[in-house]
Amino acid sequence: MIEFKNVTKRYGSKTILHDLSFTIKTGEFVVLIGPSGCGKTTTLRTINRLIEPKPGTVFIDGEDVTQQNAVELRRKIGYVIQQIGLFPNMTVEQNICVVPKLLKYSKDECDRIVRELLALVDMPYEENAHKYPSELSGGQQQRIGVLRALAASPPVILMDEPFGALDPVTRDSLQEEVKRIQKKLKKTIVFVTHDMDEALRLADTIIFMDGGHIVQMASPEEMLQNPASKVIKNFMGKHMNEDGPVAPLLAEEFMKKKVYKVYKSAKTLESIELMSKRDINSLVVIDDDDTYLGTLSIEDIKARGKAGRSIAELINSETMTVGRKDDAKDALDKLLSSTSNYVVVLNDNRTVAGIITRTSTAKAMGEALWGDLSA
Amino acid sequence: MKLINFFTNNSQAMLVSLGQHIALVLVSVGIGILIAIPLGILLTRHKKAAAYVLAVAGMVQTIPGLVMLGFALILMGIGTLPALAVLSVYSILPILRNTYTGIIEVLPSYKDAAKGIGMTKSQVLFKVELPLALPAIVSGIRISAVYIVSWATLAGMIGAGGLGDWIWTGLATYNTDYILAGAIPSAILAFAFSALIGLVQKLITPKGLRRNA
Repeated sequence: MIEFKNVTKRYGSKTILHDLSFTIKTGEFVVLIGPSGCGKTTTLRTINRLIEPKPGTVFIDGEDVTQQNAVELRRKIGYVIQQIGLFPNMTVEQNICVVPKLLKYSKDECDRIVRELLALVDMPYEENAHKYPSELSGGQQQRIGVLRALAASPPVILMDEPFGALDPVTRDSLQEEVKRIQKKLKKTIVFVTHDMDEALRLADTIIFMDGGHIVQMASPEEMLQNPASKVIKNFMGKHMNEDGPVAPLLAEEFMKKKVYKVYKSAKTLESIELMSKRDINSLVVIDDDDTYLGTLSIEDIKARGKAGRSIAELINSETMTVGRKDDAKDALDKLLSSTSNYVVVLNDNRTVAGIITRTSTAKAMGEALWGDLSA
Repeated sequence: MKLINFFTNNSQAMLVSLGQHIALVLVSVGIGILIAIPLGILLTRHKKAAAYVLAVAGMVQTIPGLVMLGFALILMGIGTLPALAVLSVYSILPILRNTYTGIIEVLPSYKDAAKGIGMTKSQVLFKVELPLALPAIVSGIRISAVYIVSWATLAGMIGAGGLGDWIWTGLATYNTDYILAGAIPSAILAFAFSALIGLVQKLITPKGLRRNA
């Protein structure tokens, strides 16, 4: 557990951190985010005393960091910075083992750690251990940067915009790896970024800072739904609508309106004719007042229908229906779980509004992504 | 032909002078290294003082060699000792400046990383800063050595021995053979030092920093 207690930091007359108090639980992935100059990096660096808060202090598992030897403290806390933090004069192996060596681990122990960690990120020991950072790609370098922070198994790891300089694809895969490693090894990670995507993806808790204050400390979901200020809203950018969170999509947005209907008084033969003419295998059956009754499938007619008889007794009333203002997710759940290939959408007055099929769903999705589709 | 004869006839004496000359260079650059590297490191820890110290060192460097030798002669008399003193002073600046800038120019991110993972100040210096600054420092030594080879010829004037003796004798007696007997070996010596230290520089550059690592 990391506890900030009234942490303040001033440079001259400028206050960088205003009386911060908050708690990070053990095993939590906390992301500090905010506009540049908001104090997020300063906050991070007070944890391993690269910056000394004054007044105020930080406790790690109840121990005041300012009362500990700074060097020893730092050896117990993993630290990852942007990619150039690997020492260029040391091999991958030496870089990973820097901290264990400072802590006087044996050579065998170091060796074991290096092999174990390289395996964790799928970089074979034989191929990589003796390379120099300059021989690695940016993504590989930062993987090693992360491994170096893990080497002496510190319970807490600080990461200062570690993936800022990487291309988007590499960044994605590293984010996944870090999240996976964090869960697997149950580390407490404090992570600084200015990228909201990254924060939403990684964080258990996001701490949004602005001007040296904490504006909001919340889970990603909570922050998306109830951003505490306009700055946060702007930061969410594409994740938000103008007026707040995205409204749930409605069933009607996924339906096609062109539905072939028959009255319950219709005869079997004419229904079959209609189906074959339209190349479909079922119809929606409506009552005389146009309200929905059920559906009629070609299989039912074949199995039980008699020529010249009314279709009334063949109506299947078990077909799934949804209201047009219902949540689209319910409609899609029903569509996917039912045996029929469609869900009927009803108006409030129980007349038929349309049907949702897999094709209409795909079309609606496509249009949402790429605008109108011709087909 | 005449020159070659002169050289062969005097080879023994020329070798002795060459030996003295090399000794002068090695000792004075050695003293320079011993003073300049620790001082350079110290200055990186006191950047305000660094500006003054480097300015003073730069000024000393602009005093003509003959003037300095003159002072040394007045203060310390004739012989090897005053010459060594002057040459050592001259050898300091290139090494000092390169040590200082070499360490200062190590990227802050390396220092931050080193400090952040829990290195002590001296560990940061010896494990990160010095290895990364080493190529620059050696290049300072190289510049110094080449300078000192040529300036050591001046030291012959105050009786330090070395190849300078031949040049001064030649100049005093208008004898080109003598002048060349001092000038040619010292020119070759300068090249040799430069090449040798260049090689050393390549060898000690951390492998990860070599261009085609």
